Amino acid sequence: MMQRDECLKVFKRHRKDEIVVAVYMAAQEMTHIMPSDLNYTFTGAMGQGSSHALGLALGRPDKRVVLFDGDGSLLMNLGSLVTIANAAPKNYIHCLCENGTYETNGAVPIPRAGQIRFVDMAKAAGYPKTYEFSNLWDWDYELDNILKEDGPIFVDLKMEPGEAYPEDFRRLYSIEYRDKFREALKKS
Amino acid sequence: MADSELKAEDIIKQIKKAGIHFVVALPDRVTSHYLLKTIMRDPDFKVVQVCKEDEGISICSGLFAAGHRSLMMMQYTGLLDSVNSLRGVAVEGENPVCMLVGLLGKEPGVAPTQSKKYGVKIIEPVLDAMGIEHHWVEEAGDTQKIVPAIEKAYASTRPMAVLIGREPK
Repeated sequence: MMQRDECLKVFKRHRKDEIVVAVYMAAQEMTHIMPSDLNYTFTGAMGQGSSHALGLALGRPDKRVVLFDGDGSLLMNLGSLVTIANAAPKNYIHCLCENGTYETNGAVPIPRAGQIRFVDMAKAAGYPKTYEFSNLWDWDYELDNILKEDGPIFVDLKMEPGEAYPEDFRRLYSIEYRDKFREALKKS
Repeated sequence: MADSELKAEDIIKQIKKAGIHFVVALPDRVTSHYLLKTIMRDPDFKVVQVCKEDEGISICSGLFAAGHRSLMMMQYTGLLDSVNSLRGVAVEGENPVCMLVGLLGKEPGVAPTQSKKYGVKIIEPVLDAMGIEHHWVEEAGDTQKIVPAIEKAYASTRPMAVLIGREPK
């Protein structure tokens, strides 16, 4: 089991110029761990991260889009797996932060926590490539390859909360930061 | 066909004139046959099919962040199912989500709020309560509303809905 902030720190070391979309706890921590104008946290409603990321990937096929989704969030938008597989953007990397809980909403367990095979769901939906990691070493080792491969790719990251970071929902959904993102992406 | 009848080709012309390339869609019985199927065959459009309508609200927002215009096609039932995404993503998130919504079951020539069909009757009041602009398109001349509505949505970064009152031929 990986700690989420350590997992994000590993990603930061490999990150080049990718667009990174993140939801809830991963989004909160991303703004502290790897601040960038190409961070997209403006997802607005639970479950919608994978769909925002799809719009970005289709709109900018020249750029890699990496999503840090939540397991509760994905369960709320499971059909998006099929939508994404059908649209088949090669630049789409769908990382799932599987912590087994609705952490932001009081850490209540998700239904069938720890017993859902998310990679099998992604495969069945049509993702051509899937990975599953439960330790930082493997994640670190494979990440460079994952960031080069054709997608859509699904990566299940088994994790638990790590260090606590300050929450700022206003920042996550800020129109000002969204507009900064648009400007930065235009120049990128 | 009478000149006043709503034609799919006129709607498509307006959509193109508004600079739309991406069409995100979940089939709607009012617009599927003549409009969506034609759009799917047209190389000027890239159609993204979704499994549930709220996905489309967010895909359109992602496309906007990436610098593109898009249109979400759905039935009014899908709009009702997407109210929370419309609230958080489109309205509070200030995203110019442009929706083309079929009013399945609306009686021809009857204003949506006067429809005997409950779901159709509440669409405009729901959109009004959410502060989302809407435009009723039922006759041929109504298609002229589409381009200004899309331009205004993008200029103001606010969502809007074009309500299709009868099947375009």
